[in-house]
Amino acid sequence: MILTTKEALILLAFIALTTFATRATPFFLFPPHKKTPAFVEYLGKMLPYATIGMLVVYCLKDVSLFSGSHGIPEAIAMIAISLVHIWKHNILLSVGGGTLFYMFLVQYVF
Amino acid sequence: MKRNALKVAWIHTVPVMMGYLFLGMAFGILLSTKGYGVFWAFIMSLFIYAGSGQFVAITLLTSPFDIVGAVFITLMVNLRHLFYGLSLLEPFKRAGKKKYYMMFTLTDETYSLLCSAKPPKGVDEGWFYFFIGFLDHLYWIGSCALGNLLRTAVPFNSKGIDFVMTALFLVIFIDQWKDSKTHIPQFIGVGASVLCLIVFGASRFLLPAMVLILLLSATFRNRLEAKFQ
Repeated sequence: MILTTKEALILLAFIALTTFATRATPFFLFPPHKKTPAFVEYLGKMLPYATIGMLVVYCLKDVSLFSGSHGIPEAIAMIAISLVHIWKHNILLSVGGGTLFYMFLVQYVF
Repeated sequence: MKRNALKVAWIHTVPVMMGYLFLGMAFGILLSTKGYGVFWAFIMSLFIYAGSGQFVAITLLTSPFDIVGAVFITLMVNLRHLFYGLSLLEPFKRAGKKKYYMMFTLTDETYSLLCSAKPPKGVDEGWFYFFIGFLDHLYWIGSCALGNLLRTAVPFNSKGIDFVMTALFLVIFIDQWKDSKTHIPQFIGVGASVLCLIVFGASRFLLPAMVLILLLSATFRNRLEAKFQ
């Protein structure tokens, strides 16, 4: 733990409030009888797709292609997860199995 | 009235219970490997109650103290929630005071249930929705705490378990890829992020990436809007 208990609690309080704010805002901002601005509606449909792509990159941000294992275990695991997921459509299998497979790779192979 | 609503609501929540059991336990285990015990798993799942958000919160707990950065990335990760409410404005309005708690419980999973599950005739819609959110919340708290306790009781080599977050987002990415008519948003998300990662580096790429994503979204609006009708 690199944060003090107090720092961690403050940080989590802000995260909790921010999370609630994102969920509650539409109810205050867009009363049912008012029309939602078209651009907001467009962002609402489009951004979830872009954001998940961003989060995949975020998860991989500390992977170095030029040192250590060169991102090879990550690449292998991600290909395996994609194939299993396209094949079986089972989120538990893909995420659970994929994580265990990656753990095996970094603990025993690389 | 309440008992009736609970009786018909819980059936709908079973698939979410299975998913949460797995994801929540993974969260609890990962949190435990960073030195945070069950107290932390409990308060985070009780007060934050977000899958992706809590995983990101773990990385924030293990980085230097930075409130602004934490608020920003939490906003980014949960931005999609801004739009969940749009389709639930009417039913929540009729739910009275408990609607505030119901807003709080609007995770991806709960939202998807509320979109698909409809209360049978004679069952109060407000309580029906309330109990779906409430039960999901209980499953989540239980799973996060359980995973954390399990890891403390049975220590094991957890190297690489952080990858559960990557796997989760990758799987969501694939599902979205399959059900969308255009892949431009995904290219924008990944492309802008990779570009900013190269230019700004791992610790500061997120803000510029988000700005670039918004700019590109505005640029491609005419082409994309028709596809999302």
